[in-house]
Amino acid sequence: MDLLTILIAAVFTHNIALTYFLGMCPFVAVSGNLRTAMGMSMAVTFVMSLAAAVTWPIYHKLLVPYDVTYLQYVVFILVIAALVQIVEMMVERTSPFLYNTMGVFLPLITVNCAILGVTLFMVVRDYSYIESLIYSFGSGIGWGVAILAMAAIRERLRFADLPEGLKGAGITMIIAGLMAMSFMGFAGILNVH
Amino acid sequence: MSIDLMNAFIAPLVIMVSISLILGLVLVIASRFLAEYGPCRISIKGNKDVEVIGGETLLSSLFENKIFIPSACGGRGSCGYCKLKVTSGGGSVLPTELPYLTPSEVVDDVRLACQLKVKSDMEIEVPEEYLSIQEYRAEVAQSISLTYDMKELRFRLLEPETINFKPGQYIQFHVPSTNREVVYRAYSIASLPSMAGELELIVRLVPGGIGSTYIHNLSVGDEVTISGSCGDFFLHERSSCDILLIGGGAGMAPLKSILYSLFEKGSDRKIDLFFGVRAKKDLFYLEEFERLAKEHPNFTYTYALSSPGEADDWKGEKGFIHLVLERHLKEGEKREAYLCGPPLMADAVIKVLKEKGVDPSNIYYDKF
Repeated sequence: MDLLTILIAAVFTHNIALTYFLGMCPFVAVSGNLRTAMGMSMAVTFVMSLAAAVTWPIYHKLLVPYDVTYLQYVVFILVIAALVQIVEMMVERTSPFLYNTMGVFLPLITVNCAILGVTLFMVVRDYSYIESLIYSFGSGIGWGVAILAMAAIRERLRFADLPEGLKGAGITMIIAGLMAMSFMGFAGILNVH
Repeated sequence: MSIDLMNAFIAPLVIMVSISLILGLVLVIASRFLAEYGPCRISIKGNKDVEVIGGETLLSSLFENKIFIPSACGGRGSCGYCKLKVTSGGGSVLPTELPYLTPSEVVDDVRLACQLKVKSDMEIEVPEEYLSIQEYRAEVAQSISLTYDMKELRFRLLEPETINFKPGQYIQFHVPSTNREVVYRAYSIASLPSMAGELELIVRLVPGGIGSTYIHNLSVGDEVTISGSCGDFFLHERSSCDILLIGGGAGMAPLKSILYSLFEKGSDRKIDLFFGVRAKKDLFYLEEFERLAKEHPNFTYTYALSSPGEADDWKGEKGFIHLVLERHLKEGEKREAYLCGPPLMADAVIKVLKEKGVDPSNIYYDKF
């Protein structure tokens, strides 16, 4: 499987948000306006790539040789959480600009299911190191595309006359469903697993 | 035990422990070198400077130095009360603060103290009334049930022994919660400032409420922590304008404090109290007000039931308090109105008062 296929699959046909419905909490909570959605999608892309880059060697060089692959869930979560915390401290210390645009979102996504999902898919699909990096980066971009589209729609929704009970999370879930259906249109392009 | 079986137990254990150890170590080192910002000086305009270790939020740094900024959510960035003006050292506004700041506040360097971390020397402005907020230890001296869900509690201050407040202000009750974090709940003071060693609160039991459940379960002798006093709802004592006191439910507390301190000062301002409750079982202080009305010719009181029960046999006013007020209040009277009650009630009453020609700058309210 070539790298381009993996990338396109991760962004469109197997979009982590809209086909697997992972990472829904920040997807609903932070998609209110475009600027914060932008920061959030940058943070997610960054953390996903980083998580895959670190968990791949741990899985293949440590868990597999000792035959304890069932530890992957708890080890991955621990590693990702610690990693994100360190990165947050570093960003906060070194670059106030970067911290303002994406750093504040980092703690929100440490234990996010989309991040863990990507690292687990990477294992299930038996990707090589390079493939894992491409896949996780693509998944981050895909999640970003989904939340940015959602934010753009929600910004326009402000002028819509919604029933009281649907405002906020309710209408967001409905839109997510509609977007997921339209993303199914991409499914014909590629076939991965 | 076979070697294989040993391995099946030991390998995962060793791996888990070593991974956790390494991560823990890296985190400790990282936070030592990355998250600490050394000693920082926070200068409070027109007041003292405090020295703190950087890296914590401004709110908790100030708390450590016994400067209590009102915060209802306990620093989670969800109430937007802990606004302070930061004139230097604050950096730019964080996205987590923006939902709580108006555009003019952003221009004015107003920040949320619970989101902003202290990383360098800072200059801030703290409103005078926050600086007078102190933490008190107190014990329950008396607890009386006024109605089935309303309690009047009297606290004796232990340390410090006296508190300064204006009638109408509130204190923050520190409610211990299960997960170690302290929850703060605001309650208006019902007692008189002249009884400085004691505090009286009127607390309605809210089903499922953390604060009110805790307070209703207190018994005489229990020790509690409070901080105060806060709030910009208080009696303006220099004015000589006639007074309207309007409230509902637990909104009695600040009104009682205002009323009694007017009597104490021997004020001859005309005072009319309008108080709304749901049914007869919610009524309290009826005999007391009757007695007061006899003693003080300048005081009248009107109770109204919004939904009296069939067996209530109520001869007094019925209906929501703003409608009762509309019937009783004459147009164009010069009045100073103090109201305390749920937001919907307060909004309705404010509308009626404005229609009757009460100057909006003379309407003071506390919505809860």
